[in-house]
Amino acid sequence: MKLKRVLTIGLASAGIITAGILYAADHIDSPAVTNQSTDITDIYVFRAQDVNNLVFVANTQGLLAPGATAAASFDNNTVIEFNIDNNGDAVEDLVIQGISSGGKMRLYGPIKPSETGNRSRLEGNPTAEVAITPYGSSPSIATGIGGIKVFAGPRDDPFFFDLNQFKKIIAGTATSFNKPGDDSFKGTNVLSLVVEVPKSLLNATTGKVNVWVETKKKI
Amino acid sequence: MKKNILSIVTLLAVSVVLFSACDKDDGKPVVYYQTQDQMARPAINTVFVDAAEKDVFNTTTPSAQGAAFATKFRNKLLALNPGYTTNLLGLDATAFTNVLATDVLTGSTTGVTSFYDGTNVLTGRALADDVIDVELILIFGGPMATMNPGLTSDNVGTNDKAFLTSFPYLATPH
Repeated sequence: MKLKRVLTIGLASAGIITAGILYAADHIDSPAVTNQSTDITDIYVFRAQDVNNLVFVANTQGLLAPGATAAASFDNNTVIEFNIDNNGDAVEDLVIQGISSGGKMRLYGPIKPSETGNRSRLEGNPTAEVAITPYGSSPSIATGIGGIKVFAGPRDDPFFFDLNQFKKIIAGTATSFNKPGDDSFKGTNVLSLVVEVPKSLLNATTGKVNVWVETKKKI
Repeated sequence: MKKNILSIVTLLAVSVVLFSACDKDDGKPVVYYQTQDQMARPAINTVFVDAAEKDVFNTTTPSAQGAAFATKFRNKLLALNPGYTTNLLGLDATAFTNVLATDVLTGSTTGVTSFYDGTNVLTGRALADDVIDVELILIFGGPMATMNPGLTSDNVGTNDKAFLTSFPYLATPH
């Protein structure tokens, strides 16, 4: 009981510090990008159906209601960039970049970037290109150079979390999660970029890669 | 003469700038793109970064995040769970937040990819992984994952739609 109270007070004060508004996993977590095409919701990295490949998923523009999904689109001035560190220093050794143009998603890389950090340019020549799948259509999938597969378009948001109850706990108006919980992301969509890459293209001599996704806007 | 040299130097400088700003092949100016948002492990910014710094965290390159945010993450962890000692990974507050502050998502290229499946720890993030429960357990569950039982699971264990076994893996939109 005492522990619970201490914890609740701790949580409550933490809630005040963060202004009581919290989002997850990265859905609208930043004032600067909320409700913009640059807003990242999630990244996934997992072994593909073909175990020789690795899959990279970047989801953007979260909490799309079904009725709003058809109108959502990728921004032609925003690069979605997977950064891949293959030697453990948290500096990108390779990038995979996607940018939309004329209803298509064009892919660059995996390729060593000409500079690292917050500023990027499109690197090299396109390695794959796919028609962006419209809402309600079956997925358009393209295979590019080296066997890279790409999809771009609306999908169900794969993230699940009782965010509303978490917010109550943080705000001090609840002390625990509910059983069962309620998925705050059910019934919502995201705009996804899914890329499947042969592991042989990743130079992962240590047996692992460290990955993060960035949205970068034309300057 | 002096003026001429100056002009030549200026001319050279200008041409260097011009050339360096041009693509070698087509002569068009290079277009640059600047970071707006960034993400790796789920919910890290949400849970550990103060409201005023969320944009800063999202635009700090991962190799610089540890130095800038590790201490702040530690303070936040101890505010969230004042009784924190160690967690299921055996990490004390400093060690745990040092790992978290450099926000990269590790993916194995040789084995199973999972955020945590009882055997594999942080070897990737699969679509079905209950990443929130893993993070709640690591934050609130103590060394044996038995502390604060009301806070170590949100009791939402699966997505609302089944995932596909083949590319593009994510479910069709609602």
